[in-house]
Amino acid sequence: MKAAVIVFPGSNCDRDMKVAIEQSLGTSPIMVWHGDSELPDTDLIAVPGGFSYGDYLRCGAIAGNSPIMREVVKKAAAGTPILAVCNGFQVATETGMLPGALLRNANQKFICRDVHLKITSQNNRFSGAFKVDDVIRFPVAHHDGNYFADDETLSRLEDNGQIAFKYSDEDGTVSSKTNINGSCNNIAGIYNEAGNILGLMPHPERLISDQLGGTDGKLFFDNLINSLN
Amino acid sequence: MTEITKEIVAEHGLSESEYERVLSILGREPNRTELGIFSVMWSEHCSYKSSKKWLKTLPTEAPWVICGPGENAGVVDIGDGQAAIFKMESHNHPSFIEPYQGAATGVGGILRDVFTMGARPIANMNALRFGQPDHPKTRHLVSGVVAGIGGYGNCMGIPTVGGETNFHSSYDGNILVNAMTVGVAETEKIFYSAAAGIGNPVVYVGSKTGRDGIHGATMASAEFDDDSEEKRPTVQVGDPFAEKLLLEACLELMATDYIVAIQDMGAAGLTSSSFEMADKGGVGIRLDIDKVPMREEGMTPYEVMLSESQERMLMVLKPGSEEAAQKIFEKWELDFAIIGEVTDTGKMILTMHGEIVAELPVAPLADAAPEYDRPWVKTVAPAPIKASDVSPVKDLGNALLTIMGSSEVASRKWIWEQYDHMVMGDTIQRPGGDAAVVRIHGTDKALAITTDCNPRYCYADPEMGGKQAVAETWRNLTATGAKPLAITDCMNFGNPERPEIMGQFVGCIEGMREACIALDYPVVSGNVSLYNETKGVGIHPTPAIGGIGLISQSDHMATIAFKSEGETVLLVGDTSGDLGQSIYLKEIEGREEGAPPVVNLDVEKRNGDFVRDSIHSGLVTACHDISDGGLAVALSEMALAGNIGANVSIQSDLPSHAICFAEDQARYVITTTATNAEKLLQNAQKCNVPLQNIGTTGHNELKIENTLAISIKDMRHVHANWLPDLMTVPGHE
Repeated sequence: MKAAVIVFPGSNCDRDMKVAIEQSLGTSPIMVWHGDSELPDTDLIAVPGGFSYGDYLRCGAIAGNSPIMREVVKKAAAGTPILAVCNGFQVATETGMLPGALLRNANQKFICRDVHLKITSQNNRFSGAFKVDDVIRFPVAHHDGNYFADDETLSRLEDNGQIAFKYSDEDGTVSSKTNINGSCNNIAGIYNEAGNILGLMPHPERLISDQLGGTDGKLFFDNLINSLN
Repeated sequence: MTEITKEIVAEHGLSESEYERVLSILGREPNRTELGIFSVMWSEHCSYKSSKKWLKTLPTEAPWVICGPGENAGVVDIGDGQAAIFKMESHNHPSFIEPYQGAATGVGGILRDVFTMGARPIANMNALRFGQPDHPKTRHLVSGVVAGIGGYGNCMGIPTVGGETNFHSSYDGNILVNAMTVGVAETEKIFYSAAAGIGNPVVYVGSKTGRDGIHGATMASAEFDDDSEEKRPTVQVGDPFAEKLLLEACLELMATDYIVAIQDMGAAGLTSSSFEMADKGGVGIRLDIDKVPMREEGMTPYEVMLSESQERMLMVLKPGSEEAAQKIFEKWELDFAIIGEVTDTGKMILTMHGEIVAELPVAPLADAAPEYDRPWVKTVAPAPIKASDVSPVKDLGNALLTIMGSSEVASRKWIWEQYDHMVMGDTIQRPGGDAAVVRIHGTDKALAITTDCNPRYCYADPEMGGKQAVAETWRNLTATGAKPLAITDCMNFGNPERPEIMGQFVGCIEGMREACIALDYPVVSGNVSLYNETKGVGIHPTPAIGGIGLISQSDHMATIAFKSEGETVLLVGDTSGDLGQSIYLKEIEGREEGAPPVVNLDVEKRNGDFVRDSIHSGLVTACHDISDGGLAVALSEMALAGNIGANVSIQSDLPSHAICFAEDQARYVITTTATNAEKLLQNAQKCNVPLQNIGTTGHNELKIENTLAISIKDMRHVHANWLPDLMTVPGHE
């Protein structure tokens, strides 16, 4: 199996993503520079976190209109699995691959800490390591993770089982208290309708060993790589 | 040409005698550009004219030191062909005037100092001092500074892994923002700043030059007054995205062998970088100002040379490599311009529109930089305050809660949650412990990093305070299991022209010197920030120390959290019970009085070496040094981190309030399994280290027999909420 990680000027979780994929896959993903005209054929494309193009204008806006993302959108439409984390999630909403938008955190501050996430729908490819209602722990690190979509979109996401994770407490209670950034319905991550694109604000690539404080991210990547192999 | 009047000289911060020296070096009157260059090169900030004499007394060598002070940052060997490169620097004055940009560009500047030398930065730290919590400006300043530090480091993708924050009225009019960066390079690939090779191209890379930050270095060398607000235009504006590109482009270029010398443009911009490169290389440099990439039209040579626009570098390249180097910068969409060449004239010659606009001899200007032996008076050390001099309060449990929820001890989580402290995937000890620990990528080694200083101690007794600051960083590194390697110092003081302030500086340096020698822990880089005064009132002397230590196997690491119930709690070190300058005295009695605790460096080393060896032998399950707030605070912090309580009882003739809250030095709390406790006690006896079994972990409260019992829940409540409560404006959020 082959994986690719897209690198924009200003990406800064590209190496972390590479390390996490390497750990589960055993080989290195292809690092694709935004300026490269060809996107290689792979079984997984990861759009990592960071501040692509400085996040000028609006988070992910410039990257969302970049030539390489047009290629990513094509591959996604053809069914290639896409993992879009943090800034990658923002970029994915800017391209329209995923519905909604990520606004500034409700408290107006950057938030970096571990959060609890409740698994809210089953997608064996991305969350097969967990069951619905399981609670896992990933870190967040973002200034603009406040997920917004109109009511119609939200009910469609809920009805179709497109909501991957919701911010919860340790016991799986989802409430305004556990909503760290003001996201609609406590949404931390969503799938597209076809289920081959996952966009999420939390960083699974940051908790991939006990030494780093937890292994839920390792379980996530092990399952993802296995399911694509 | 403008005639240089007395007023113009004074505006440039040069004294009459300094101007006389300018005239004798040049043998003529300078023009305005030349005067501007003298002014920044001889500013306190760039020339260290008041501090040099004393800085020279600090020890700077050890077998593992590759490069001490004088370069952009200090370099120490960490084995396997790798080096750690680090420095701490102040950005106090700009941060007070414009907190977000001041703090952000402080981070940007220190990052450049480190990657200029070939290192990839792996961690940022900071040491912050604000005015008293209820001062009308404090909230605004805390909020802006923290956002600025986060805004820059988060975008760069360098984790900000910790630091320290104090609140004290002495900083009401003059906050301190000290930023530290640690990077890692290959020992064979370290880059220096000495220009060489007559005819070699001098290249400018990075962002364009604008009119921002002109005279920043001069501003940083003067006191504040009512007009300080007007200095806002001298604060630079940061662009972390540009710096991220500059970092990647420079590291890509550094992987080639094209670079002869490289220097970042920090304080005093192009002037300071070009003079330093020429002076260190013993050469001349010719610069064509027209070729400097400029953001604005119509900039004068004066403005170009003195601009402190951010995210710029100057380099000397090997001839013939220009095109290949340019390609790298084009890839990263950064300016790349050949703006001059290295010459054998020994002069800095600047031309614009084909005419010479400045012609200055390099060596005389640098060598003749003033050096002052400022008059100083020794601070009279106050008498110690014995436990018996302080009548105990009735409810020591309440006293503990007051202290845990005080400005000194309360959790700083509100701050560090705004910093991305995990990016790069190697943070194995997050903020909140004794030191942050960051793995060296792809290895099993790690660096422990800490910043410390107790300004109250330094104010009461500069010598003891300076000694204590160094010893505390050493102890914090030791408590993680690291072998302390070296320090960087960021010396923040008031006006050195006042003998009592100069005396504080001299005292702190002397204490630091003794500690560095005794602990084999040299100074490899640093920065001096003087004139931290507003309307004649100086700050507490604040020699902020940044220390780094090496953990050669990452499983040889300790953290402060109690790990499980039923473990044995041990106290390392002796307790005299003195309460002078303690947090107990400040928070419970409302007094900042007495002598700070005595630092005995032999005991410090003996106890620390024992603790580190014990961690390495695998016998220690948790470790925390005892500092601000004493034993009761240390135990509380361990309980909070592990969410497990403890029941302890201390054998001592001292009164309970002294046992709980005295800040005696060279002490640690360690835990071990019940089966290993005896072994540790025996080892300690062999090493002549005082070690006392004081109790057991367990339950959900901290109980000190016959003294206090406080639930973790109550403790967490006061500890966690103080800072968020302070920062929440009623009616907002």
